Amino acid sequence: MPSICFYFQVHQPYRIKRYSVFDIGNDHDYFEDANYQDRNNEFIIKKVAEKCYLPANKVMLDLIHRYPEFKISYSFSGTALEQMEKYAPEVIESFQRLVQTGNVEILDETYYHSLSFFYSNEEFVEQIRLHRDKIKKLFNYEPTVFRNTELAYNNELASLVEKLGYKGIVAEGWEYYLKGKSPNFVYRPYDTKNIKLLLKNYKLSDDIAFRFSNKGWEEYPLSAPKFGQWVNAVNGSGQTINLFMDYETFGEHQWEDTGIFNFLRSLPEEVLKHPDNNFKTPSEIIEAYSVMDELDINEIVTWADTERDLSAWTGNSMQKSALRKIYEIEESVIASDNEEVKDNWRKLQTSDHFYYMCTKWFSDGDVHKYFSPYDSPYEAFISYMNVLNDFKLLLCKK
Amino acid sequence: MKVLMFGWEFPPFNSGGLGTACYGITKALSQKGVEINFVIPKKVEISEEFLNIISANLPKTKITLVDSLLTSYMTNERYWELLKLSKDRKLDYGASLVDEVYRYAQIAGEIAEEVDHDVIHCHDWMTLLAGQEARKVSRKPLVSHIHSTEMDRSGGRGSNPEIFEIEKTGIAESDEIIAVSNFTKNKIIQNYQTDSNKIDVIYNAVDKNDFDDNISCKNPFNKKIVLFLGRLTMHKGPDYFLRAAQRVIKKNEDVIFIVSGSGDMERKIIEDACELGIGDKVLFTGFLRDNELKKIYKIADLYVMPSVSEPFGITPLEALASKTPVLISKQSGVSEVLNHCLKVDFWDVEEMANKILAVLENQELEDCLMQNGNAEIDKLTWSNTADKILGVYKNIVSVKI
Repeated sequence: MPSICFYFQVHQPYRIKRYSVFDIGNDHDYFEDANYQDRNNEFIIKKVAEKCYLPANKVMLDLIHRYPEFKISYSFSGTALEQMEKYAPEVIESFQRLVQTGNVEILDETYYHSLSFFYSNEEFVEQIRLHRDKIKKLFNYEPTVFRNTELAYNNELASLVEKLGYKGIVAEGWEYYLKGKSPNFVYRPYDTKNIKLLLKNYKLSDDIAFRFSNKGWEEYPLSAPKFGQWVNAVNGSGQTINLFMDYETFGEHQWEDTGIFNFLRSLPEEVLKHPDNNFKTPSEIIEAYSVMDELDINEIVTWADTERDLSAWTGNSMQKSALRKIYEIEESVIASDNEEVKDNWRKLQTSDHFYYMCTKWFSDGDVHKYFSPYDSPYEAFISYMNVLNDFKLLLCKK
Repeated sequence: MKVLMFGWEFPPFNSGGLGTACYGITKALSQKGVEINFVIPKKVEISEEFLNIISANLPKTKITLVDSLLTSYMTNERYWELLKLSKDRKLDYGASLVDEVYRYAQIAGEIAEEVDHDVIHCHDWMTLLAGQEARKVSRKPLVSHIHSTEMDRSGGRGSNPEIFEIEKTGIAESDEIIAVSNFTKNKIIQNYQTDSNKIDVIYNAVDKNDFDDNISCKNPFNKKIVLFLGRLTMHKGPDYFLRAAQRVIKKNEDVIFIVSGSGDMERKIIEDACELGIGDKVLFTGFLRDNELKKIYKIADLYVMPSVSEPFGITPLEALASKTPVLISKQSGVSEVLNHCLKVDFWDVEEMANKILAVLENQELEDCLMQNGNAEIDKLTWSNTADKILGVYKNIVSVKI
C-alpha cells in the first residue's frame, strides 16, 4: 500500500561576491560578481537551468502525461524564483506548465530561505507572507503544507505553523527523535490539534540524492527495478514513503551521464507494477492517512550532515556572530520603511551564507566544500562581514 | 639502516628553516632506529657543550665536523668577508664560495670511504656536490632533499648561474629526489628538466611541544600585533608586508606591525617603513631565537608570511603551534597542507590588508582560525615525515641491490 510522496527543493541563494573592506562605502552591489563564475549568480542560474531544471522538468511533464497517477511536489525559495525570472524565464514557464497539470503541489517556505524562525517570529511570518504572494502571482496557487529552511524543525515550529493555518509540515525522519517509530506514517506534532507531520525517509531519499552514482556503494548501480523492490518491501509496514531531496539532484549533483534521468524515467512504471503502490502529494497523504502517533521533538532536527542539527549553519563562532549581527538590526531595517533596504537585509539572511562559513570540513566536509563558492569558510565570513558593514552604514544614512 | 647525511646547521645555531628541518628529521629518524652520521661544516660557534646536547638528544646520531667556512644561506660576499677574517688559519679554504663548496665535496668523498653507510642523504645545493662525491666513492644510492632552489632564493631575478648548474647536475645525478612540496616539485621539473617519477613530495612538520609551553608573556601594547618573521630578503616578501600594513593603518590605527629577522634587505625595509609614513607603527626586532622567538609568536594576534616564493615555510606551523592564526601567500608549499588559514597572492597587498583588517576587527575570525589551525597541525609531525623518508631509503636501497 505505500504511497510514494516526492518533494523536491528548488533553491538558489544570492551568492555574495568577493567584497573587500576597501569596497565599503563605494560599492553597494553585493550580489553581482562579474569576475568569478562560481559566485556569478546569473552564470549559475543559467548553468543549473541547462543541466537540471529544464531537462528534469521535461522528464516530469512526460511522466505525468504517460502516467496520470504520477504526482510530485516542489518547494521553491523566493530567491530562486526571482533569479529564474530574471535570468532564465523559460524555467518559470516550464514549472508553470507542470503546475497546470494538477499533478503538482507547491509547498510554502520562507521567501529568502532563511533561518528566521530561530531568530525572529515576526520576520519569519513576514517571509512566509512574501512567499505566498509570490507563489500566488506566478502559479495562481495557495499552498497548504509548509517546509522550513533546511528542514529545520521542532515542536515550537509546528505549533506556530499550525496557527498560520497549514494542515501539514515536513521534517527529517531521523531515528534519534523517532525512538523506534517508522518515518513511513503520518504523525501529529506535540501539542497541536490538526496539523500533520510528514517525515522524510532519509535512507531511500539519500539512495537517490547522494549514493546514486557512488561506485563504492554496495548497491551500485541503482536501477529502477531494484528501487521498486525496496518500495514494495515497505508494503504492510508503512503507508507513505516520503522522498525529499534537492531538485538539483537531477543533472546537477548527479550528472546526466550517471543515468539519473533514465532512472527517473523508468521509476513510475516500476513502482506502479505493484497494484498496491501509488504516488501522492503531501496534502493527499494528509487527506488519505490518519495520524499514527504523536511525535515530540523538542530539539532542532534538520536534514544536514551526520548530526542532523543546525551546526552546519550555527556551529562556530563566526557563524554565530554573523547571525547575531544580521538579526540585531531588524528593528532599524523595518523602521527604515525602505523596500530596497529590507530586500537586501533579507537576502543576507539566506542560510547558504552561513553554510559557507562552516569549518567542520574534515568529518563530513566534502559536501560543504563542493557546494561553497569560496576558497575557505574564512573567505566567506570576511566578505559577508564587509558587506554587512556597508549595509549598516547605508542604513544609518537612510 | 645507516645513513650518511650531509647537512648544514642545527638549532640553536641555525639561521633559518633548513636547520629546523634537518634537526626534526634527524631526531625522528634516530628515534626509529636509523643510524645517522651527520656531516656538518664546522663553524666557530659550535662548542663541545653543543655537541654534548646534540648527542644526548640524538642517541643514534654521530656528528662529523668538517673545517670549512660554509654557513647556510651564504652569499659570495659573506664568504669573502669570512675568508678575510680567517687569513691566519692554516687551512687552504676555497677562493670563492663555490670553490669552497668543491673543496668541501672532496672531503666528503674521504668521509664516505671511512664511514659505513647504506644511503647518502644531502640537503640543498651546498651539499649536493658532497653527496655526489660520496656516491662516487661508496657507490651507495644518493637521496637529495630539496628545501629550496636558486630560483626561490633569488626570487627569479639575478640567480647565480654557477649555483644553478650545481643544482642541475646534482639533481640529475641523484638516485631519488625529495621535494618539500608539490610547489617545489613542479619547480624542479620545470627548471631542471627532471623526470617527475624520481621526485617524492615529503612535507616538513613542527614539534608542537616546542611552542606549547607556558612562557609568560603579555602584549605590552594596548593594540593588536601583526607579525612578520623571516629573513629580510626579497623572496620572503617583507616589502609586500609593509605595503599591506600601510593600507591597514589607513583604516585602523589601533595596530602594531612587528618585523622580526635580519638579512640583506634590513636597511631598505626600515627606510621603506619611514617612506610609507608608518615608521611609528612598525617595530624591528632583529633576529630572534629561543625564548624570544617563542614569545614573539605568542604575543602576535596574526602571523603573516607574504613570501614571493616559499618552497615550504615552517614558520606558519610554529605560529599555529603557538596559538597564533596565520595568513600565508599562495606561492608557498605550506599552503598545500594548511586549510585553516588565510591565503593571498603575495602581490595582492590590498587583499592582504583586507584579510589582516578582518582578523583585527573580528575576534571570532581570529578564534576560529587559531583553534582549527592549531588542531590541523597535529597531523604534521616529524615522525610522519621520517616514516616517509624511511620509505624512500628502503625503496632505493632495494632497487640498488
